[in-house]
Amino acid sequence: MKNAVGREIPAAAAGYGQVAAFAGAFQTTQPLRRYAPLMKQARPGDDKVLDNLAEVFKRIPVKDGMTLSFHHHFRNGDGVLNQVLAVAASLGRRNLNIMISSIFPVHAPLIDHIRSGVVGGLDTNYISGPVGKALSQGVLANPVIMRTHGGRARAIEAGQAHVDVAFIAAPACDRYGNVSGTMGPAACGSLGYAMPDAEYADHVVAVTDYLVDYPLAPVSIPQTRVDYVVAVEKIGDPKGIVSGTTTITKDPVGLKIAQSAAQVIAASGLLKEGFSFQTGAGGASLAAADYMARIMERRGISGSFAMGGITGYLVNMLDRGLFKRIIDVQDFDLEAVKSLATNPNHLEVSAGYYANPFNSGCVVNMLDTVILGATEIDTDFNVNVTTGSDGIIMGGSGGHSDAAAGAKMTIIVANLLRGRLPILLDKVLTVTTPGETVDVLVTEHGVAVNPRRAELASRLKDSGLPVRDVHDLKMLAEKMAGVPVAPTFDGRIVGLVEYRDGTVIDVVRQAGG
Amino acid sequence: MLDVLRSMLFVPGNNPAMLQAAGVFGADAVILDLEDAVALREKDAARFLVAEALQSVDFKTSAKVVRINTLETGGEEDLRRIVACAPAAVLAPKVQSAADIQAVAGLLESLEQPGQAPVQIIALIETPRGLAEAYAVATAHARLIALAFGAEDYTAALGAKRTRDGLEIMSARSMLINAAAAAGVAAIDTPFTDINDEAGLRADVALARQLGYKGKLAIHPRQVDIIHEVMNPSAEEIRWAQRVLAVLRQAELEGAGAVSLDGKMIDAPIELRARHVLKLAENNPAGGAEQ
Repeated sequence: MKNAVGREIPAAAAGYGQVAAFAGAFQTTQPLRRYAPLMKQARPGDDKVLDNLAEVFKRIPVKDGMTLSFHHHFRNGDGVLNQVLAVAASLGRRNLNIMISSIFPVHAPLIDHIRSGVVGGLDTNYISGPVGKALSQGVLANPVIMRTHGGRARAIEAGQAHVDVAFIAAPACDRYGNVSGTMGPAACGSLGYAMPDAEYADHVVAVTDYLVDYPLAPVSIPQTRVDYVVAVEKIGDPKGIVSGTTTITKDPVGLKIAQSAAQVIAASGLLKEGFSFQTGAGGASLAAADYMARIMERRGISGSFAMGGITGYLVNMLDRGLFKRIIDVQDFDLEAVKSLATNPNHLEVSAGYYANPFNSGCVVNMLDTVILGATEIDTDFNVNVTTGSDGIIMGGSGGHSDAAAGAKMTIIVANLLRGRLPILLDKVLTVTTPGETVDVLVTEHGVAVNPRRAELASRLKDSGLPVRDVHDLKMLAEKMAGVPVAPTFDGRIVGLVEYRDGTVIDVVRQAGG
Repeated sequence: MLDVLRSMLFVPGNNPAMLQAAGVFGADAVILDLEDAVALREKDAARFLVAEALQSVDFKTSAKVVRINTLETGGEEDLRRIVACAPAAVLAPKVQSAADIQAVAGLLESLEQPGQAPVQIIALIETPRGLAEAYAVATAHARLIALAFGAEDYTAALGAKRTRDGLEIMSARSMLINAAAAAGVAAIDTPFTDINDEAGLRADVALARQLGYKGKLAIHPRQVDIIHEVMNPSAEEIRWAQRVLAVLRQAELEGAGAVSLDGKMIDAPIELRARHVLKLAENNPAGGAEQ
C-alpha cells in the first residue's frame, strides 16, 4: 500500500506486526490507554546492590527473547550496552530485542551479537557508524525499527513497545537506586531519554561507576522505579560523552547558511518577546544560534525557552538573559552539565514531555522555530536524515520529525551541494520527516519556502532575503553538479521508518551488498 | 562590475568546493587565485579549474578577478588559459614597474577574442621597488584600474615586523593611495590577516577608509560583511546607482534597447550592481557618508 508521502509500505513486517501507513502528520490518533507499568514491592532491609551484571541476569531473570532497553546520553562514550551484551552472550542468551534510543560507532560489537544470535531485534531512533552499514547489508533477519525520540516515548508509554528490563547508565547513583546525571566521572547531564524506560519497564537496573551515600539529590530517576544497582568499574568514556567545549563552525559556507537562517528567523515575525527556539549541537546550528543572539540583543528581545541538544552556547544565552529557561533532554558539553546542576532555570525533562505526540502537550508544540539539518530534501520538502545517497543507514530522526511537527516554523539548513552531489532532489531516497511539517530550506545559494506557507514567503521576500522557488534551486544545483542518477534499492526491507504517531512513513531496503 | 570594489575576496584556485561557493558571500569581487594559494605542482590543475569556474559558476554580484602568477613564473600560461573565459580583470602580483603592466596588457590584447570586453588590470604592489614605482605603474596602461597593496611581502622585504595596528605600513599605505589618486585609479588596501579578530579587522578597515582607500582585500569570507559595514557605499555610489536605474526606467518608457550612462553601456551586470548598491545603502542607514 502507498502512504500519504507516496511510499510503498508493506501491510505487515516480521518482528513488528501490522503496519499502519503514514496518513499525514496529525491524521492518526489511536484509542490508546497509557500502559500500566508493573507494580513493585521492596521490603525494609532489602539490598538493591548486586555484585555484577551476571547476577542481575540471574535475579530477574533475563530470558531469551526479552526486550532490554538502553539510552544514549553517553553517545560514543557508552560502555553499558557493550558490557550488558557481553554478559548476555557469556550466559548463552538468545534472540534479545535491543531497544536503545541511539546507536553510535562504539556499539560496533552489536554486529557480532546479531550474527551469533544473541540479539534478534533492534529498535532505535538514530544510528551512526558500522552498525548502520551492517543493518543496511542485511545482518539482521527482521527489519530494524527506527522511531523518533517522541515516538519512542509514545511506544513505551502506550505499551506498544514493552520493555522487560531497562538498563540505566547512571553517572551517579545511591545504594537505593536514586540516579543523577550531573555528578561522577561520566556525568552527562539530563537523563531525559531514560525516563520513559525507567517508568514503564518491568525491571529497572541502574549501572553506575559512582556509588554515593543515600540519599542522592537531586534525583533524576527515582528509587521508586529502580530495582537493582550494579557498580561496575567504568560505565563510559567521558571523552565520548561530553566535549570540553563545543565550537561554532569555521566553514565559511556553513557560516553563510547559518547567518541566512538567523535572518529568516528575524524576518519571520516570530522573533519577538517570548520567542522559543530549538537547535542542534552541531557547529552550523551553533553559528545560527550565535547570529540569532546578536539580533535578539540588538532588538532587546528575551525569549521564553531554548531546547534541543544543550551546549555551552545555549547556556551562555540563558546566562545573558536571552532566554528565561532551558528545557533539556540531552547535554553535549560540560558547561551544559554544570548549568543543569546549578541553575534552577535549566530544566530536565523526559523524552515524553519533550516530544510524545500522544499526551496532553509536549514541549515541541510550544516551539516558535527549530533549525534542523538534512542529508537530502526534495521539492515536496520531505527530508531524509536516515540514509545516505548510497542507501546505507547513517542517521535517523532522533528529534527531527518531532520538532518539525511541533514548531511554528521549521527551517532546514543544508549546503545545496554536498561534495559533488546536489542535496535537493525530486524525491528523497528515504522520507524521515514529511514535507508538510517543513517550512523553509536555507542554502548558500538562496532560500526556498514551502508553497503551503505563501504568507511566510512574502514576508521573507519583503525583508530582502533571496527567496527562490524550490524547483529553481534544484535546477541551479543540477546546473553545477549535473543530474544525479536516483539509486534504486529493491532488496528486502531492512528498516521500518516509523513516524512519531506510530504509522510507517517509509522503509529502508537492503543496500551495499 | 568593477565600479564598486569595497571587498575583494581571495578564493584558492585549486579548491573546487570554494570556487563553486565563492559567489555566495556577497563580495564585490572574487579573486580566483592561481598564485600564492596554489602549490607549484597544482598550478596546471588550478588553471583548468579556474577556467571552468569562470564559465560555469554563478558568482552572483561578485566581479570575476583572477590573480595570475608573475609572467616569469607561469603568468603567461595563466593568461592563455583564462583570458578567453572573460574575467573582468586580472590581479598582477609583485608588480615592480610600468613595463610589468604593459607586458600583461600586451598579452591580454593578443589573447582576447574578437568582441570580448577588455580585461582590466589591477596591480598588486608588494615590494619596496614596486611602491617606489607606484605612480608609473598606475599610469602605465589604460587597462590599469586600481592599485592594490600587499603588506606581508612588503614588510618582509623591509625587515619590519607586521603588527595589529600597522604603524610599520602607514607610510606605504599613504604613498600608494597618493599614487593611485594622482593617476585617477582606485586603491585597494592590504588584507587583515587574523581572521578571528573582528575588532582588529574593523579598526583596520576604518583606518584604510580614513586614508582614502575604497576597498580592501579579504582572505576569508567572514571578513566580507565587516569590510562592507565600514566601507559602506558612498553617497556618490548611491547617486550613481540611482542614475543607472533612472536611465533604465526612462529607456523602458521610451522602449529603447541598449542604454548607456556617461558613455558606458548599461548591461545586465551593471544593473545588478546598481541594485546591489542601493540594497546595501538601504540596509546601512548609517552609510552613505561622503568620502
